[in-house]
Amino acid sequence: MRYLNEEAIENIAVGAAFLGTGGGGDPYIGKMMALSAIKENGPVQLLSPEEVENDDFFIPAAMMGAPSVLIEKFPKGDEFVRVFQKLGQYLNKEVKGTFPMEAGGVNSMIPIVVAAKLGIPLIDCDGMGRAFPELQMVTFHLNGVSSTPMAITDEKGNIGIMETIDNKWTERIARVATVEMGASSLVSIYPCKGEQLKKYSVKNIITLSEKIGQIIRSNRDDESAKLRELLEITNGYHLFDGKIMDVDRNTMGGFNRGCVTLDGLENYLGENVQVFFQNENLVAQKNGKPLAMTPDLICLVDLETLNPITTESLKYGKRVRVLALPSDPQWRSEKGIETVGPKYFGYNLSYTPLEELVRKEV
Amino acid sequence: MYKIGIDVGGTNTDAVILDERLKLIHQVKMPTSEDIESGIVSALKKVLEESGIDRQKVTHAMLGTTQCTNAIVERKKLAKVGVIRLGYPATASVLPYTAWPEEMVAVLSGEYRLACGGYEYDGQLLSPFSEEEIRRILKEWDGEVEAIAVIGVFSSLKNDQELRVAELVAEVMGEATPVSCSSLIGSVGLIERENATILNSALFKVIAMTSNGFENALKEEGIKDAQVFLCQNDGTLMSIDYARKFPILTIACGPTNSIRGASYLAGIKDAMVLDVGGTTSDIGVLTGGFPRESSLAVDVGGVRTNFRMPDIISIGLGGGSIVREVNKEVLIGPDSVGYRITEEALVFGGDTLTTTDIAVRLRKAEVGNPDLVAHIDEEFAKQAYEKIAVMTEEAIDKMKTSNNDATVVLVGGGSIIIPRDLKGVKEIIHDENGAVANAIGASISQISGQFEQIYIYSQISREDARKDAEDRARQQAILAGAKVDTIELVEIEEIPLAYHPGNATRLRVKVVGELK
Repeated sequence: MRYLNEEAIENIAVGAAFLGTGGGGDPYIGKMMALSAIKENGPVQLLSPEEVENDDFFIPAAMMGAPSVLIEKFPKGDEFVRVFQKLGQYLNKEVKGTFPMEAGGVNSMIPIVVAAKLGIPLIDCDGMGRAFPELQMVTFHLNGVSSTPMAITDEKGNIGIMETIDNKWTERIARVATVEMGASSLVSIYPCKGEQLKKYSVKNIITLSEKIGQIIRSNRDDESAKLRELLEITNGYHLFDGKIMDVDRNTMGGFNRGCVTLDGLENYLGENVQVFFQNENLVAQKNGKPLAMTPDLICLVDLETLNPITTESLKYGKRVRVLALPSDPQWRSEKGIETVGPKYFGYNLSYTPLEELVRKEV
Repeated sequence: MYKIGIDVGGTNTDAVILDERLKLIHQVKMPTSEDIESGIVSALKKVLEESGIDRQKVTHAMLGTTQCTNAIVERKKLAKVGVIRLGYPATASVLPYTAWPEEMVAVLSGEYRLACGGYEYDGQLLSPFSEEEIRRILKEWDGEVEAIAVIGVFSSLKNDQELRVAELVAEVMGEATPVSCSSLIGSVGLIERENATILNSALFKVIAMTSNGFENALKEEGIKDAQVFLCQNDGTLMSIDYARKFPILTIACGPTNSIRGASYLAGIKDAMVLDVGGTTSDIGVLTGGFPRESSLAVDVGGVRTNFRMPDIISIGLGGGSIVREVNKEVLIGPDSVGYRITEEALVFGGDTLTTTDIAVRLRKAEVGNPDLVAHIDEEFAKQAYEKIAVMTEEAIDKMKTSNNDATVVLVGGGSIIIPRDLKGVKEIIHDENGAVANAIGASISQISGQFEQIYIYSQISREDARKDAEDRARQQAILAGAKVDTIELVEIEEIPLAYHPGNATRLRVKVVGELK
């Protein structure tokens, strides 16, 4: 058990945006909300999943909707408390703590706001170990945990309690409600017991985000040492350095899809990498051959500062590094690949683990 | 027909005269004065007298100034601002002035209210706008604040509420009370746009002083019929009336002018520009004759904005940078003798070793008295010179977007210290008038207009949306003084918005034209 202060929050915001693989929202608004909340209510207690009681009850909190709306219309602040109390009442249980659904600039920060406002602990785990675009794309889903009963609310005070027949229906109905609420909402889903947290979550994700953020935000003379250290703690690979030559975007099925093309720099001169995304980066290929694919993490970072770059801010001329990290093993299971593998997103590729692709490349 | 360009920098006020073919007729450099106005008057007087041109034939006068930047950085001469954010109950989780430097908030009074109003991403009302509520807030503030900043959620989509607030301010607090509407200032991103709008409001007094000073100086020197402009940070001009409404646009126009002036002197439109001053060097990138804009949020005096700013890096290397030997290693800067170089550098009889002394010792430059630096060990001088080269090369490399060797245009008073043979550089172009590149940049600026909005492509065709955005950008440019038939489209950016049905897309359009 320990407490998260302002410095920790700054680090977590950056590290979580890195693990957000292009999605999960711009860390700035999230960070500001979290900083305002702890300024008002004091530091937040962070518990490891091992420290919670098996029978205690926990619910995550997350923003659902368009990150691009969130930079203009952000929450009122009491949605978090409202949605928690409503779901607690409905379930007739006392909520003993909260945790993030995914790692991302905004969604790693929301549970900190909730924990600060309600005076409950934050649990050091999440349901993805990265960011994904849909509600059923969490490890709890893989293990048969129901996403409902869930609560959804907006800044105006509209509130809904929903029970669905399966987790994909939750995504479908909640997505429609979110659009009506002004393309952003606050959701509390996958209520679970301490025991389930211990078994099914991706653990220590907040601590990992914090460490990543610490490395990225540190000022050092030797930039290559910084990169080495980052890869070391994430078991990651440095795949490519390039300059963005083209960003092709289109909106299909209400998602932000597209492809960014990079021309190699320095050691990668003459080579060419494409990264395909749907809010999050999903497939990277070099000269037409796959380099890394979902559910493994594909992270684009600034060439010099290593600051994560969200898909929204990809821009011609930017110089970036392509890094990739192996996903949580749960995603590499059969049901994991079925839920978030390349085929689910419409890419005609069979999932090959990152380590194997890297071996072939060498 | 003549144009006069004036640049008021921290150290010098430069003035140049160009003829109708934009040929440089004359240039002067005078010290910047405490009150700004008398410095402008003396530079203007000198350039007019020495060139002997007919004052009646001056058709345009342009001013580039750091006054607004300095006011923000020094927290001086700023107005007390009342901030109205329209959008309650949304957005209350991050209040106005969050993460601002505290002393800055105190200077601006820190007054704000969250009122009902604002829009959703699709143009529906977020919460009902109440004139009653706005009137009440304004009455409470009467006498307490000097200017109003109004920021509506998604006002870049619809800004009628913001404009209505401006009318109510005139009604309740009087016509003379300045109002800044965020929709006319920034783009999507509420916090950054709000910050820029608040800063804009805070600058009304400063811009009034500067623009009046400029107009008075021109009048005093008998220039009566010229069109008068101020420079913006994107290399374009605005009319003095426009500048009075949007003083924030003058922020960072200095580096922009130097990049544009350098481009003009060198006669090229794509290059890197190295502006070497007394204390620092700025490096910017010229693309198609305009400075490359920064894609990051920009901090102005500790306040985050999403302002259009040139992408510039500054390094602590200039003509007055102090050279030392520490543990057998040569160190350069970041401290500098600055404007005291003509007293303190060795070549001018002073006793501080500067980068200029190193250049003179190695016979790379001819200023002052070379005998006064003859005693410097040649090996040491070579090491220092090499260090200057490395610092410059590293900075140039950081700004590059490709691995190709760059063409570098070298300007600024301190440019004599820069080695002419640099790694990663194809060619260095240097002009003897480079010392007044800023003032030249000011006098050749163009007029631009920009528009940004979210369009829903299932309701309006992409073509019509682009046309609409371009028309509105053109109107902005015409309002700022552009010649209608010279306006051309220079930038178009489309960002589809995630999760939105109906193909909602953020469209940003920028046009530029020659001035009337």
